[in-house]
This record gives sequence, structure tokens and C-alpha cells, in this order.
Amino acid sequence: MSAIEKLPTEAIPDNGLLRFLTCGSVDDGKSTLIGRLLFDSKTILADTLHAIQRTSAKRGLDIVDLSLLTDGLQAEREQGITIDVAYRYFTTGTRKYIIADAPGHEQYTRNMVTAASTADLAIILIDARKGVLTQTRRHSYLAHLLGIPHVVVAVNKMDLVDYSSEAFARITADYLDFAGRLGIADVRFIPMSALHGDMIVERGKNLHWYDGPTLFEILENVPAIHAEHAERFRFPVQYVCRPQDSSNPELHDYRGFMGRVESGELLIGDAVTVLPSGRESRVKDIRILGRSLPHAVAEQSVTLLLADEIDISRGDMIVKSGELPQISKQVDAMLCWLSESPLDPRRKYLLRHTTRDSKAMLAGIAFRVDINTLEQQPADRLVMNDIARVSFKLAQPIFADPYAESRGTGAFIVIDESSNNTVGAGMIV
Amino acid sequence: MSTATLSKVTLSHLDWLESEAIHIMREVAGQCSNPVLLFSGGKDSICMLRIAEKAFRPGRFPFPLLHVDTGHNYREVTDFRDRRATELGERLIVRSVEDSMARGTVVLKTADEPRNKHQSVTLLEAIEEFGFDACIGGARRDEEKARAKERIFSFRDEFGQWDPKNQRPELWDLYNARSFKGENIRVFPISNWTEFDVWQYIERENLALPSIYFAHRRPIVRRAGGLLPVTEVTPARPGETVEELMVRFRTVGDITCTAPVESDADSVARIIAETAVTTITERGATRLDDQTSDASMEQRKKEGYF
Repeated sequence: MSAIEKLPTEAIPDNGLLRFLTCGSVDDGKSTLIGRLLFDSKTILADTLHAIQRTSAKRGLDIVDLSLLTDGLQAEREQGITIDVAYRYFTTGTRKYIIADAPGHEQYTRNMVTAASTADLAIILIDARKGVLTQTRRHSYLAHLLGIPHVVVAVNKMDLVDYSSEAFARITADYLDFAGRLGIADVRFIPMSALHGDMIVERGKNLHWYDGPTLFEILENVPAIHAEHAERFRFPVQYVCRPQDSSNPELHDYRGFMGRVESGELLIGDAVTVLPSGRESRVKDIRILGRSLPHAVAEQSVTLLLADEIDISRGDMIVKSGELPQISKQVDAMLCWLSESPLDPRRKYLLRHTTRDSKAMLAGIAFRVDINTLEQQPADRLVMNDIARVSFKLAQPIFADPYAESRGTGAFIVIDESSNNTVGAGMIV
Repeated sequence: MSTATLSKVTLSHLDWLESEAIHIMREVAGQCSNPVLLFSGGKDSICMLRIAEKAFRPGRFPFPLLHVDTGHNYREVTDFRDRRATELGERLIVRSVEDSMARGTVVLKTADEPRNKHQSVTLLEAIEEFGFDACIGGARRDEEKARAKERIFSFRDEFGQWDPKNQRPELWDLYNARSFKGENIRVFPISNWTEFDVWQYIERENLALPSIYFAHRRPIVRRAGGLLPVTEVTPARPGETVEELMVRFRTVGDITCTAPVESDADSVARIIAETAVTTITERGATRLDDQTSDASMEQRKKEGYF
């Protein structure tokens, strides 16, 4: 066996990667905020800046409209709204950021759910003149539903309320009132003006009464998503490598189980259980391209070698012995319906959970959530953008954890086999 | 063995990006029956080969490599392409736009026009010839506005068309690569990488590149605000002055529409240093065919361009 090497992660002074989501409508200045982040972090390059300067001038604006930076598709440019999730990138030298820019309109709940599914932090924009609105509650509910651990409430357009600390305090109190009822734990508030750049990267001169961190400082210091709580090891097998190379005796019996660690950590020598067979073994080696690693951590793609010859295929899951997930042919979940064709209770769908597919049938709808009032209502069918508590019966068991404990093994998608479209997104309760 | 360091290890951003890309390639291998990896010899696809090695070694790649050759590629790049495929022991398929021209499926308006956009036709012909159900490519979302909204698993209909209003929702890391016969999924494992990430990865992994990525002397003319290499297919026009300049290429593609930048960066480290302070986006500087209109990439993608 080759020498065990140090994880490369330990050699690089790098605070990893943070994915965050911005939610708000066009009117809240969301695009301007993103433009400001890119501009002030020096991510915007000269030719791009020239292009938006020209467009701003053509539209008769006297300052550069930073929101133009995030305008993507032709159809959106014509309508002046964002119709789909767009991803943007910037780096500060110590951390790389991926922004998911989700539209704020009600009919685009599915876009926000999509963007939120991979985010570690949500920035919820509030127009300081308007305060907490229905859409604020909607965005906050969805961020919470999708398990985003950190929420930043950006009270924007402070320049239009004379940078009033009273306005800020009132909005903070209003928000906390309903956030407490939702159960959102980590909320921070920042007064800002994206247009003038106050409290985004620079503090600016106008908000001297605010002594909290800037948006940038919060982003730089938020802990990485798997570093906050102890997690159980979950390794869905994606692919099995059997080179069966008879010329190389070392590879003759090689069986590498390939996948990405969804959560938790694993050491060489750990006792593991393979699902669904329940067979037990020990970790003989953790490999990546000819190197042996002492351990595998969450979100790392590796190849596992086990001490015993066990038949394992795609869709199986390797977990630490004594930390088994729920093995079940029934799931109870919050479901967001994403398709223009309504959920049909009589039809069979395909449910995809980790690397495992199973036929699924709706067993019942407990209630539908009105995402504006957050009231629970009875429902017998679901249409696009509906969110409901449902249960499914499955043909094959899945190995699941509650979504609130583990996003990777608590999430599933629903696929309509007649169109192959992804039609639903579920979070196991 | 010590377990003390175990508790709070966070992946560096390059490790995270690499890990995501490996996961995506393995999903293709697990979900698709006949995928192919597009390999041009360019820097992004060179990273893709390293990711494929990390994803599948010590096994063989579960897909062949495919290059759609415009016939206007730099020799240094096509030689590199062939050498790299041989070193890896993987199967390389080359299909040529010039064959499509001979068949009459590609018709040029003028003999010297850029052939990049015609690659779509040849690619679709190759997909049909081999029955590929997924094409893995090295496109990145930071390259161009229209790409910022493209999925990692991007569905194309029988005509190879992308419909930005009819994309499949893509949540968590649960990718949907299902397709019916004749349809196709395009997969972009390095969607979330920037040009800077690519260079950092090349340096970290010590990846070999075609020589024209590094500063070299080359005859050029200045045209329409950019530098144009003087070659057999792109001769100087009457009245233009040919200069010998130190240049390097930031992207390598069709000769007629890939322009170099002035540079004396002769190593990856020096290219990274230059990239860190660069003021022009990659496509803006070097892709003459994208400047036509703000929406030109979106238009081409709808027509089946990669």
C-alpha cells in the first residue's frame, strides 16, 4: 500500500467555499446588491463594465446601473425581470462564493426552492420604505423549509429613509416577531444601501449608528456547512470500479466503491454496514487517484475499499455500523410541486433519493401550506409552486434521515417517467 | 493513527470544486448508457481529463473522448490532443467539420468564415452516428451571461436545441440525466469554476498544456481593437502591418476566431499572476465571434451549440 499522505486541504490556507442565495423582488434592489458585491470585490472586468456603462447611458441613466450585470437572458432583458436562477461567482482570496440569484415573484417559488437547495446562507432583502411584506415571509419560510442554516436580513434602500435608525429598529422587531414563530434560529440584520455601497463591502459614511458587521464580514466568517454539528457518516454508492485487470495482480480483485460523502467523516479501519444487505466490514483504504487518504470528510468524492468481499452496487449505501439511517418503504415529507402538470394521486412516479430510484405512489396529502399566510389547508391535488405535507408509498426501501438533520440523505426529487421531467422536490420530515 | 485533526476539516475551494466535478462525472457513468466526453486539447477539457482520472482510475473511463475538429486548429493543440489520449490509453474519436462540409450538411457563406458555430452540426452528426445519450463538456457558467443560467445537466431535444424557458429544475446534488431515444443530455461538471479556478487547478495538479498557452513570439496584425494571428487561414489583409509580438492564448479554438493577448507569461504561475490582475473577460478578449451581439451565445446555444 502506498504511503498515507496528508489531506491537501490542510496545506492550503483557504476558507473553502460558501454558497448563498439572494431573495427579493426587482424592486428591492437585489440585482443592484449583487452587482455591488461583484463590483466592490473587483470581480467585474473592464469590458463588462464598459458594456453596462453603454447600456445605462442608452437608457438615460446618470449612474451606472449595476443591476445590468446580472441580467442574463434575452427574454429577461426584454421584460426587465429575472425569470430563472442564475449563478454568479466571486472570490475574496480566502473564500470562494457562489451566488444563486433567485427571482422573487410568487409564481417562481420553484426557482427559489431550487436555488435554496444548495445554499448555506440566505440574504433576504427588505425595502426600508416598505418593511416586512408578504414576500418577506414567503422567502423566509422557504429558506427555513429548505434548511438554510443562516439568514441575513438586508434592510436595503436606507438612503430613501434618511438612514433612519428608527426605521431599521422597527423592521428588525417586525421580522423577529414572525421569524421566532417559524423557528428560524440564526438571523442577522444589516441596514444598507446597495446603490451607494453602504455596509456591503465598505461601511460608508451614512450609517454611523450601526456598529455590527458589514455583509462582507458576515459572509467571510460564516462557518462551513458541515463544520457546525456532529454528523453521521453517509456514503451513497455511485459507481463500482472493477478493473478486472489480469495482468496486474493488485487489480485482479480490486473493488472500489465510488461516491461522495454526503455527511460525516470516515477513517481507515472504521466498521461499516452496507445497506440494504446489512453486511458488515471494515474500511481497508480510502483512495483518490493512486493516493491513500487517512480519512474522508463531508462533500469529498473518494473511492472506498473494504476488507471483505461484499457485493455492492449503485444505489447501495455505506454507513458507519451503529449509525444506521431509517430504512423505509414509506416517506413523510414536505413536497414542493415544480411542474405545470398537477400531481396526480392515481399515477406512479419515480422517486430519486441519493443514488437510488424507486417507484412511488402518493399515499396522502396531510395539508397544503399557503406560503403567504403560512396557514395549513386541506388539499386533494397539488399544482405548480404548491408546498404540502405528503406521504409516499415506495416499491423499494430508501435509507433516509430527516432533512433537518441531513440535507444529503433527507432530500429527494420526483420524476415523471412519461416526460422524464423533474416534477417535485421533497424534504423528509 | 491520530483522530485529533478529524473533527473540523473543511475542503478548500479547489477540493470542493474538484469533488463536485467528480461526483457529476460519476453520476453520468451511473445514469447514462452511452456517454462521451468532449476533449479539444484546450485547458478546460484538460482539467476534465484529470477529473475523469480521479473519478474512475484505476478503471478505464466509462466513455470515449470526442473532438469536433473545425480543421482550423493549431497543430500544437491537435498534437497535444492525440498525445494525451494515447498517454491515458483512452479511445479518441475525431469528427471533422470539413467532413460535414463535404457531405453538404455544413454550408459556409464565405470560405474564411469562423467555423465554431458549425461545430454544432458535426457534433449532432457524431451524436447520431454513435448514439450518445450524454455529452460531457468543459463549459463554465462564468464564461458568458447566457451560461449563468444553464443547468449542470442540460436537456437537449432531438434537434440538439436548448430551451432556456424549459429547463429541468435541478435541486441539491440530485441530477436527472434521463432522456428518450434521440434526445441528449449535455453535462458540465466544471460549471461552477471560473477561469481563475481552472488555472489554479492546472498549477496544483501540474497539468501539461499545449505550448501556445504560454508566451511565444508570433506574427500578428491589429484588427478591430484585437490581435489577430497571421496564419495560412488568416493572412494579413492588404495595408495591414504584420508585427512580431510576445503573445499567449487564453482560449484555443478555431484559428479564425481565437485571438491571443500580449503577454510574457511563460509559466502557469505567471499566467495566474496575470489572470489575477486582468481587466478583460476571457471571451471578451479572445473570442471574436462572441462580440457580434450581447445575445449571440444564447442564440447559438438555442441552435445546439455546446
